[in-house]
Amino acid sequence: MAPALLELTGISKSFGGVQALRDVDFTLLAGEIHGLAGENGAGKSTLMKIIAGAHGADEGQMRVDGKEVRFRSSRDALAVGIGMVHQELSVAPDLSVAENVFLGAQPVNRFGIVAWREMARAAAEQLKNLGLDIDPRARLGDFPIGVQQLVELSRVLFSGARIIILDEPTSALSPPEIERLFGVLAKLKASGRSLVFISHFLDDILKISDEITIFRNGRKVATTPVTPAIDKAWIIERMIGAGREELEESYLGQIRLDSRPDAPVVLETKGLTLAPAYREVSFEARAGEVLGIYGFMGCGQLELARTLFGRLHADRGSLEIAGKTATLANTAAAKRAGIAYVAESRRAMLFAEEPVFKNVSIAILERLSRWFVKPDRERAIAREQAGSLDIRPPGVETRLGGLSGGNQQKVALAKWLALAPRILLLAEPTRGMDVGAKEDVVRIVRALRDQGIAIVVFSTEPETVLSLADRVLVMRKGEIAHEFAGEAISKDRLLAAA
Amino acid sequence: MNTPSENVGPAARSFRLGDFLRDQLRNIAPFITLLFLVVFFSLASPAFATLDNLENILQQVSVTAIIAVGLTFVILTAEIDLSVAAVANATAIVLTFFTLQPDYVNIANLPMAGPIAIVLTLIACCGLGLVTAFGVTRIGIPSFIMTLAMMQIGAGISAVLVRGQIAYSVPSLVLTLGSKSIGGIPWIVIVAALFLLVAHLVLTYTRFGRYVYMVGGNREAAEYSGVNVRLIVGAVMVISAMCSGVAGMLGVAYFGSAQQNEFDTFLLDAIAAVVVGGTSLFGGRGGIGNTIVGLFVLGVLNNGLDYVKIDSFLKILIRGIILLIALIVNIYAERLRTARTAGRGG
Repeated sequence: MAPALLELTGISKSFGGVQALRDVDFTLLAGEIHGLAGENGAGKSTLMKIIAGAHGADEGQMRVDGKEVRFRSSRDALAVGIGMVHQELSVAPDLSVAENVFLGAQPVNRFGIVAWREMARAAAEQLKNLGLDIDPRARLGDFPIGVQQLVELSRVLFSGARIIILDEPTSALSPPEIERLFGVLAKLKASGRSLVFISHFLDDILKISDEITIFRNGRKVATTPVTPAIDKAWIIERMIGAGREELEESYLGQIRLDSRPDAPVVLETKGLTLAPAYREVSFEARAGEVLGIYGFMGCGQLELARTLFGRLHADRGSLEIAGKTATLANTAAAKRAGIAYVAESRRAMLFAEEPVFKNVSIAILERLSRWFVKPDRERAIAREQAGSLDIRPPGVETRLGGLSGGNQQKVALAKWLALAPRILLLAEPTRGMDVGAKEDVVRIVRALRDQGIAIVVFSTEPETVLSLADRVLVMRKGEIAHEFAGEAISKDRLLAAA
Repeated sequence: MNTPSENVGPAARSFRLGDFLRDQLRNIAPFITLLFLVVFFSLASPAFATLDNLENILQQVSVTAIIAVGLTFVILTAEIDLSVAAVANATAIVLTFFTLQPDYVNIANLPMAGPIAIVLTLIACCGLGLVTAFGVTRIGIPSFIMTLAMMQIGAGISAVLVRGQIAYSVPSLVLTLGSKSIGGIPWIVIVAALFLLVAHLVLTYTRFGRYVYMVGGNREAAEYSGVNVRLIVGAVMVISAMCSGVAGMLGVAYFGSAQQNEFDTFLLDAIAAVVVGGTSLFGGRGGIGNTIVGLFVLGVLNNGLDYVKIDSFLKILIRGIILLIALIVNIYAERLRTARTAGRGG
């Protein structure tokens, strides 16, 4: 057996009271590709950030080549040969391809001046290994996201690092690009480097990894060599939890989707395309139905949501509201068309410095009067909404920033309920909420649905979609990949479709 | 869900008082500055604290006040308008262009009846505002740069129309409002007071005013609430140009002539009045009340320094230092507030 290149024992880490990792052991051998799987928040990215020096561990030890190390920054990690490509693209779009490949490590001549020609030549050579034949002097931002991701990967792949951590490297890549990336990874492995491969795309993990580790709720639940017996279903079972009793029944059992094919269509899109975020999206949402749109982060569903609210504008395709073609020039037009939108971040929805009642009334001021504000009516409406949603503390004069997160989220909902919309778009409606607040949201959304509002829920969290939706569309890399309607669905089926 | 615990001890109460003071720092600090200046100059010179001098001060700040009204709208939305003085100057000169000038004034002249001249001039300055609004909201040029260009355009219009000459005549209505008095009160002071009053009512009691604050407070949230942010930002740019235009027209009558670069000092004065008054440069906080206090601080300072036999060159430096201090307080107040929000929110 190959010697352990990297060895972690008993690693724990918490962020502000939330335990992200509990007593995790992890071993990486020389010359292996190690795949990591787990749901959002399972702890895989946190562990890798600790290895790459971006976070410090609260407890535990880390050894490289048998020697104990303690990193204070990613620079320390780089010094011993550990490089990481983060999930979020971190390229400089206005610099050239070559400058991006050598960002922070440009070759210089003996006068300390950047050796441009040498840099361009080396960059072109490295990129050719990844199957990219592009002009290294061109501006990087002019290339598609997939190319930009490959350029970012090349920065770390060819840095000479012995341990390379890739966090979701394939999320923006096309199948042939993935093939080429895998070819390069195999070569790096053959030259004795070790790689860690984190991905939501389990097929990719199974294809490239020698060994797989699965995380759940901050714990390592399994490490196994990849054999023919290990398949997607096996991994999903462990990601969700074999000890099923600890999960709520609805999430894993077969919950029946209760679609309403007879209800009138309120919202319909045809071939909606906004490059590079999403392509050819066609679907319909019906009155009194909750449509869930599920997909991994970056699959384009948030951009789709913003387009439906007039914040982004599609390149192609059409949008119909209640049978009439609609062009949403801006969010004000979307609101007039009866569309409400609860954004994925509270920061983007609410005015922290203003009292609760102004936060609630902002969307309905036009209804209340033509010219003047009516603070008394605003307060009355806000009080009514605050009461029906059980917002605490109940006073509507309270500064919004003083409310807890869950209550702020309810204020974001309350503002749209006062408007009585025809279509309600919810982006990540339960993100970062505790169980009680989540239950409140489920209850509120169901009540709204029963009033005949067409609701579309956009989420990267399977639980959110499963607990709310009557029908589910799965988005994958900008396209609708699957529809679940009028059938039984479970979390593993949902994950397998994404 | 964690609800805030109800503390009733003395510690909790003093914490709230501290909160209140921190919250109100931007409102309290300018007021204290004003009080300090008034007391200082009153002690330094017996002629300072008189009714006559109060009228002087009011008259001296009136033109600035009208410009500052428009600028308050702009700064509340977290934008800036650097073209106010140049637009005022251009408007003033356009007005003289449409008014019959005496024979000895050798400049381009297209005389019209007084009311028509006034209307055409207002249309012209509204046009300048619309250009700014278009550049900022449609093309997406940052207001800082767009209004810098507009500043040059305004100066250019002034230069082309007067060609280094001086114009004198304005329509009689403008002459009255700019330089005459009624019952011992200068009309220009009344006009400035009306502008401040109407602006205060608009900002406090109208839907548009609420949108101005909300756009400044959190532009993204305003947009996600279905507020037409571009329309609001465009509107405040036009309001600012119109206020500057009126100030320019009355200014000609007040000064008795119109020429190039006549209003240059008003850019800094108007921005200083708004910011010294405590309106947040980050938008969403402040208002006309703050601007009034800021105007008084500036007016008292400019006027008072004349009473205390000070080197007139030093006056400029002192004004600069006062402005710097006001900016520091402004930023500091903002930081205290955001620190508190970060500490409690989420």
